[in-house]
Amino acid sequence: MTDAWLAVTIIGVSAMLMKAAGPVAIGGRELPQRAAGPVAALAPALLAALIVTQVFGGDRKLVLDSRALGIAAAALLVWLRAPVLVVVVASAAVTAAARAVA
Amino acid sequence: MDPTGPPLAAVTALPGRSGVRFGMRAALPLCVAVGAFGVSFGVLARAAGWGPVAPVVMSLTTFTGASQFASVAILRDGGGAGAAIVAAVLLASRYLPIGLSVAPAIEGPPWKRFLHAQLIIDESWAVANQGGGRVDGQTLLGAGIALYLSWQLGTVIGVIGGDFVGDPQDLGLDAAFPALFLALVVPQLRGRTAIAAALLGGTIALALVPFTRPGIPIVVASLACLVGWRRR
Repeated sequence: MTDAWLAVTIIGVSAMLMKAAGPVAIGGRELPQRAAGPVAALAPALLAALIVTQVFGGDRKLVLDSRALGIAAAALLVWLRAPVLVVVVASAAVTAAARAVA
Repeated sequence: MDPTGPPLAAVTALPGRSGVRFGMRAALPLCVAVGAFGVSFGVLARAAGWGPVAPVVMSLTTFTGASQFASVAILRDGGGAGAAIVAAVLLASRYLPIGLSVAPAIEGPPWKRFLHAQLIIDESWAVANQGGGRVDGQTLLGAGIALYLSWQLGTVIGVIGGDFVGDPQDLGLDAAFPALFLALVVPQLRGRTAIAAALLGGTIALALVPFTRPGIPIVVASLACLVGWRRR
């Protein structure tokens, strides 16, 4: 087995199991009442983490580059209550323009 | 329940804001970006000597971009299978807490729940999130199917043909994802708990980026959800 196939097999199985663990174990049933608060807070916590790592994350360092301009444009449009599609396209366009200039 | 959040009925009763079709429509703007990254995954894996089949199998099974790109890059640069696997699994480990939060919305026999859960990725989960911890299973299904097909189509195109799409980064497509997450999180920031969770989660992730392997900052940031814990 080549390294590529070894990686494909183990990573594939791991990803499938991690995604399915919760839904297979307790799917369709309500989580315990005590978990309701943390579960409600999970989305804002994780979304914020995804945003900052995808905008400012570098190779083991924080970087300020064209992506910051893109997310700034997105933030402005979210504040103006623009549709999600407009926000997403503008962020990509501003980032692309900044990269072209840089 | 977060007493400062909107009442449940107000969230779930929004007409046209849930269901398979809504999910597909909501995911559509991202399908272009996801497809383009699928192409570049196929191209990179091919260039790294993976052959045509392994990249396609990986997209079909793993279906999470960050893990797939990381494993290709590490193997290509001589990091070895062990390092590639550790990095990719860490990157995917956020799907444990995400899967847990989605679990109540995924119904049916275990095999069906297993397959439904495979459609969980950041984007489908974010689109299906209705605030206050509620996730709509049908929206997740619709968005997940649309994104899954885009990812597979992109991978196949990249493996077969090539580089004609160019680097998705030149088009700024990598900046589309955080913009989506921003657009989706802002309406959820009602109440002190949600705001505190977002600030804490973002801060933890930023603080850890320089010191840990990729993936760990996001998993640790999920602990910020404990601000929602209340004594009963």
